[in-house]
Amino acid sequence: MAATFDQIFILFRNWLVHFLPPAWQPAAGALLGVIGIVAVFPGLFALTTLLERKGLGRMQNRYGPNRVGPFGLLQPVADGLKALTKEDVVPFNANGLMHLLAPLVMVVTVFMSFAVLPMGRHMELVDMDAGLLFFFAMGAATELSVFMAGWSSRNKYSILGAMRAVAQMISYEVPMLLSSVAVVMIAGSLSLPKVVAAQNHYTGIFPHWYVFTPWGFGAALMFAIAAIAETNRSPFDLPEGESEIIAGYHTEYSGFKFALFFLAEYLGMFALSGLGVTLFMGGWSAPFSFLTWIPSWIWFFAKVMLAICVFIWMRGTLPRLRQDQLMNFAWKFVLPYSLLVLLVTAFWRFLPPGWERWVVCTVILAVAYVVMGRAAFKLKRVGPRSYRYAE
Amino acid sequence: MLGEGILKGLAQTAKNFAGSYVSEERLTTVQYPEERLPVAEASRVFPFLVFDGSEWLGGMRCVACQICEKECPPKCIYIEKSKDKKPDYVGKQQFYPVRFDIDISVCMSCQICVEVCPFEAIKMDTAFELATDDRFGGLLLDRQQLAKSNEYYHSIHPTEASEVDARLDEEKVKAEAKAKAAAPAAAAKPPAPAGGKD
Amino acid sequence: MSIPFYLISALTIAGAVAAMTLKNTLHCALALTIALAGIAFLFLGLDAQFVGFAQILVYIGAVAILVVFAVLLTRSGESLLPAKRARTWLAGLAIAAVTFLVLGWSVLASLYGLPNETAAPSVTMQQIGNALMGPYVFPLEVVAVLLTAATVGAVIVAMHEKARNK
Repeated sequence: MAATFDQIFILFRNWLVHFLPPAWQPAAGALLGVIGIVAVFPGLFALTTLLERKGLGRMQNRYGPNRVGPFGLLQPVADGLKALTKEDVVPFNANGLMHLLAPLVMVVTVFMSFAVLPMGRHMELVDMDAGLLFFFAMGAATELSVFMAGWSSRNKYSILGAMRAVAQMISYEVPMLLSSVAVVMIAGSLSLPKVVAAQNHYTGIFPHWYVFTPWGFGAALMFAIAAIAETNRSPFDLPEGESEIIAGYHTEYSGFKFALFFLAEYLGMFALSGLGVTLFMGGWSAPFSFLTWIPSWIWFFAKVMLAICVFIWMRGTLPRLRQDQLMNFAWKFVLPYSLLVLLVTAFWRFLPPGWERWVVCTVILAVAYVVMGRAAFKLKRVGPRSYRYAE
Repeated sequence: MLGEGILKGLAQTAKNFAGSYVSEERLTTVQYPEERLPVAEASRVFPFLVFDGSEWLGGMRCVACQICEKECPPKCIYIEKSKDKKPDYVGKQQFYPVRFDIDISVCMSCQICVEVCPFEAIKMDTAFELATDDRFGGLLLDRQQLAKSNEYYHSIHPTEASEVDARLDEEKVKAEAKAKAAAPAAAAKPPAPAGGKD
Repeated sequence: MSIPFYLISALTIAGAVAAMTLKNTLHCALALTIALAGIAFLFLGLDAQFVGFAQILVYIGAVAILVVFAVLLTRSGESLLPAKRARTWLAGLAIAAVTFLVLGWSVLASLYGLPNETAAPSVTMQQIGNALMGPYVFPLEVVAVLLTAATVGAVIVAMHEKARNK
């Protein structure tokens, strides 16, 4: 019974598909999978916008939206209607075609990156041998669409936002890739289902998630920082810093195109949370061995939503960084530390299993963190703000 | 250590988040249409015309001198002077506005009209819920819509209104005394100089 | 040779032609991106996942962005100067023709060396990794050294800039 429930979506797809002639079945199955992704994640997006606004409100001692429907639950519907009915303004000097293409390219590439995420046992759209690489390739295409949006709007704020966004995304993509490579080194595969399978073991009741190893914890931390930066979320939301450059690269977008950007931003959050969960937190595997009867897809989505809540929590807490602080943090702290994590992962891989490698790896990473943190503070590279011009 | 401050901040926001569900007094939001904060006495939104007594046209203090119209920086006031006269609060014959329109979509709430008015006839209102779905007619207020009683003025700006009343009473007394003093003289010298505002 | 192949090839060539002929430099850069993406799709069509995705990651994610950045930082989006033919166009044409001939000749020559009907080799990521770390470790290390040198060079250039500003 539990197994049926675990595979319910797969069984449902197979049941739907078996009405068709066999030649069409693979294509139809893939199409159903795509429909599933395209239906589920925007729904989750609507829910998350509400969750974010409510959560941020509570963190700031406010109520958050509570007017539309009971407890403001229909707020996303109202927002969606507003976005649909608003006038779609294209600036006179804008490059019309690219102005139109940018949000589309962005949403399409973000959606494509969901194809390789295992959202449950056997619940990945494509089990690609180079799944992780595919994911990052799609992320790279997102950068281009951000740039297209900024440039085609023919607006100073847009271009500034786009430049900031692209610089930031390139800078943080490096540590993100490096911390993912650490996982690939241990799991021995770029295919995400295999990465999950490698973590789906238990010692006693505790799982073998990579985040519970010293190198995995360091890598997960770096990955989380890079993921927040990659999705342009606070405290790294300079590309759309409202107080400085209005809305960054989507300043000149309104109506449905703006909604698409908004959608793409949240889908990017889901995709990166999904990837982080898959790489470090065991993907769809249960957190304790006695909880494996709960369907795998519930675990995946629960973990993703947990990650989203951390995103929101971060946003409610931290102020925005300055551009130089952002870049210094990326290149002088996150990148070297990711490289160190990679080195420690290699130690972990080749040291014999036992408590010694735990001690060695933990000590190296912890000492490096403290020393690098101190040094960064001392050299004013990261850390408290200095106001050179304000005094 | 790096990240210490972030953890502290996260703890603070978590405390806020959880606390807002436990203790209602943390929440600073005023649920506006249902709950309202009292309007501050000194607040001002758009001008209105004060009238004395119960009849708005008869008691209107405005004498259509058109100073406010001339002084208004965005030129949102339009006044048409009457041909005939009616008695003002002292009892003296004065002109009155046949038309007095304020376009509140143009008005910038600067209060200059109030400051220049020698007759204490135009004052600032505190009503702020003036939204309308008719953006031309609905935002152009005529003299009847603008006319508010002195009692209303007392209810929104009590201190200021009492000062104004005291001043007006003083002037009235002065004018009466002057009129009394002038009455015998007027009997001797027929053309009495007209002018009650100095 | 199938319909997708022809479609993608046409797209690639169109992108390349547009990259050479368009007036606006940024349009050229984006057209170049289309050509690069087309090449990536061709790789994917040949079942070479690693090369295909690496092509997208490196050429679209890094090279195209770099080109676009360079264009934006050096001049405004569109140059209104009339297009001028470079004086060395004849030499350029000759070099392009020679390159094309050499490439075409080598491709055609290699075609005769191969047996006509070979099954497409299926290479997994694991095999690629093992090959890179095994027989090809020396070239890999050489490339690594090259890239490190480039990084150090970039850092030095950036430092120089900062020192001069002081």
